[in-house]
Amino acid sequence: MTKGETMTFANKFAASAGAVGLSLFAALPAWAQEVAAAAPEPVVDKGDTAWMMTSTVLVLLMILPGLALFYGGLTRTKNMLSTMTQIGAAACLAMIIWVIYGYGLAFGPEGNAFIAWGKFFLVGVTPDSLADTFSDGFKLPEYVFISFQMTFAAITLALVLGSVVERIKFSAVMVFGAIWLTIVYFPIAHMVWAAGGLFFEMGALDFAGGTVVHINAGVSALVAALILGKRIGYQKEIMAPHSLTLTMVGTGMLWVGWFGFNAGSALEANGSAALAMINTFVATASAALFWMLAEKLAGHKPSALGFCSGIIAGLVAVTPAAGNSGPFGAIVLGAVASLICFYAVTVLKPKLGYDDSLDAFGIHGIGGIVGAIGTGIVYSPSLGGPGGEDFAIGPQLVTQISAVAATIVWASVGTVIAIYVAKLLTGLRVSEEVEREGLDLGEHGERAYNY
Amino acid sequence: MKLILAIIKPFKLDEVREALTGLGIAGMTVTEVKGFGRQKGQTEIYRGAEYATNMVPKVKIELVCDDALAPRVVETLQQTAGTGSIGDGKIFVLDVGQAVRIRTGETGEAAL
Repeated sequence: MTKGETMTFANKFAASAGAVGLSLFAALPAWAQEVAAAAPEPVVDKGDTAWMMTSTVLVLLMILPGLALFYGGLTRTKNMLSTMTQIGAAACLAMIIWVIYGYGLAFGPEGNAFIAWGKFFLVGVTPDSLADTFSDGFKLPEYVFISFQMTFAAITLALVLGSVVERIKFSAVMVFGAIWLTIVYFPIAHMVWAAGGLFFEMGALDFAGGTVVHINAGVSALVAALILGKRIGYQKEIMAPHSLTLTMVGTGMLWVGWFGFNAGSALEANGSAALAMINTFVATASAALFWMLAEKLAGHKPSALGFCSGIIAGLVAVTPAAGNSGPFGAIVLGAVASLICFYAVTVLKPKLGYDDSLDAFGIHGIGGIVGAIGTGIVYSPSLGGPGGEDFAIGPQLVTQISAVAATIVWASVGTVIAIYVAKLLTGLRVSEEVEREGLDLGEHGERAYNY
Repeated sequence: MKLILAIIKPFKLDEVREALTGLGIAGMTVTEVKGFGRQKGQTEIYRGAEYATNMVPKVKIELVCDDALAPRVVETLQQTAGTGSIGDGKIFVLDVGQAVRIRTGETGEAAL
C-alpha cells in the first residue's frame, strides 16, 4: 500500500461528528462524498491512535534535541547555542503557524493542485473530528493527524538552517522561516500529500516525505547559503566540528526519532509501518558502512563523522522508499545514496566553493533526490518491492523525476523570495565582529561552555 | 639552584615523575602545552575538509633543584622521557636567583 494508491485525504474532513462535521461535509466536492459514503462506520483504532501519538513525539525528538545536537556538534564552540536555539525557535514558530493557517493551506477542505484553504485557526476541529488512514473505514482523531503533520513542517524548516548557521541573524531566521513555510513548505506538502495535489495526482511515490521534507529543505538550504555567502575564513581557517560526541548523540536520536517519521507515515500500526520500520533499520545501517568504505577507498580513515553522515544519508534516502521498498532494495538504496552524498560533500562542494555549513544540501538535498528517484526503482516487485504485478519502472521514474524537478524549482524560487524579504527586514547576516566573536555571545549573550 | 624545564611526550609523564621523585625531587609543575619542532602535526579530515594541525600536544615540566642534583635530573629526564623517535622533546636548564616558600618565608634551597 502506498500513499499514492490509497490515500483519500479529502474525506478526512468529511467524517467529523455533529453539526460542524455535517456543514463541512456539505462543502466538499462530490467525489469525496462518494468515498465517505462507501465507508459508513469509521473505526478509530486505539492502537493506531497510540502509535501515531508516539510517532508524533518521536519526530519532535528528532528536532529537539536530535537535530539540535547533531548540527550543534558540527559547529564551532562559539556558535553552539546559536545553532541549537535557531533550530528550536524555528521549530516552535512552525508549530504556531501550522495551527493558525499552515494546516489549512496544506490540508484544508478546499483547494486546487497547488494549495488548499479552509480550517484556518483549526476552526471546526474537535476531539471528535476524524482524519483518514490508508485503510477504508479506519480513522484517526484529527488532532493527532494535525500534530503529526505539524512536526514535519517544524523539522523541515529546522533542516534548512543547516546551511546558514554560524552567520545568519536570529531575527532573519524567524522572518525567513515564516515566509518560507508559507510559500514553499505548505504548498509542496499539499501537492504531495493532499488528494487533488499536483504530485499526488501524478502518482508520485513518496512514503514519508522525501520530496516535501528532504529535497525541499536541501535545495532551499543551498539557495539560502548561496545568497547569504560564505562564512568568514571559509576554506582558510579551521572550522572543525567542536564536538563530534554531541553529533554522535544527535545522530542516534535522529535515527530513533526517524522511526516515528517513517513508520508513523503509514498512519496505522500495521504491516506497512512494519515494512517502513525494517527499511529504516537496514537502509541506514548499509549507508553508515558504505560512507566509511568510501572514505577508506578515497585513502582516508573511516571516521566517526563519516559514520554519522552515512546514517543521515541513509535515513534521508529511505524516507520516500520506507514503505515502498523491500528490505534488500532499501539496503542497495542506502548504499547508493551514501556513496553519492559522500561524493557531493567531499568532492563536489569544495570544487564548487559554496559554503553549506553543515551539508544540508549535500546530504538532505542530494540524498533526497537519490531516494526519490530510487523509490521508483525499488518499488518494483521484481526487486522485492511492494508494487503491483503491473508496475513498470520506466513510467514511474518519469513521474518521480518530474516531482523532484518541480520541487527543486518551487523550493528555489520560494527561497529566493523568503531570503530577500528577510534581508530587507533584518539585514540577514550578523556583523563581521559578531561572526568572529561567535553568535552565542553576539546574538544571545551566552556561552555554551563556561569552564 | 637550577630551573629545569622539560617538554616531553604526554604519555611519558608518569614514568618521568616516578623517576624524578626517586631522585629526591619534592615537587614540580606540569602544564599541557602545544608546539612544534621537527615533529610535524597531524592532518584531520571532516567530510573532506582537511585541516593540517601543525601544533603537537606536549607536556611541560618545570622544577627547581639544587645545583648538585641538576645533572642527574637532566640525565634521568633524558632516559625516561626518550623513545628514540622525533618529538621526544627538549630539556632546558636555567639559573635561578631566589626561591621563597610562601607559607614559612624560607628562602634559597630550604624553600625547595
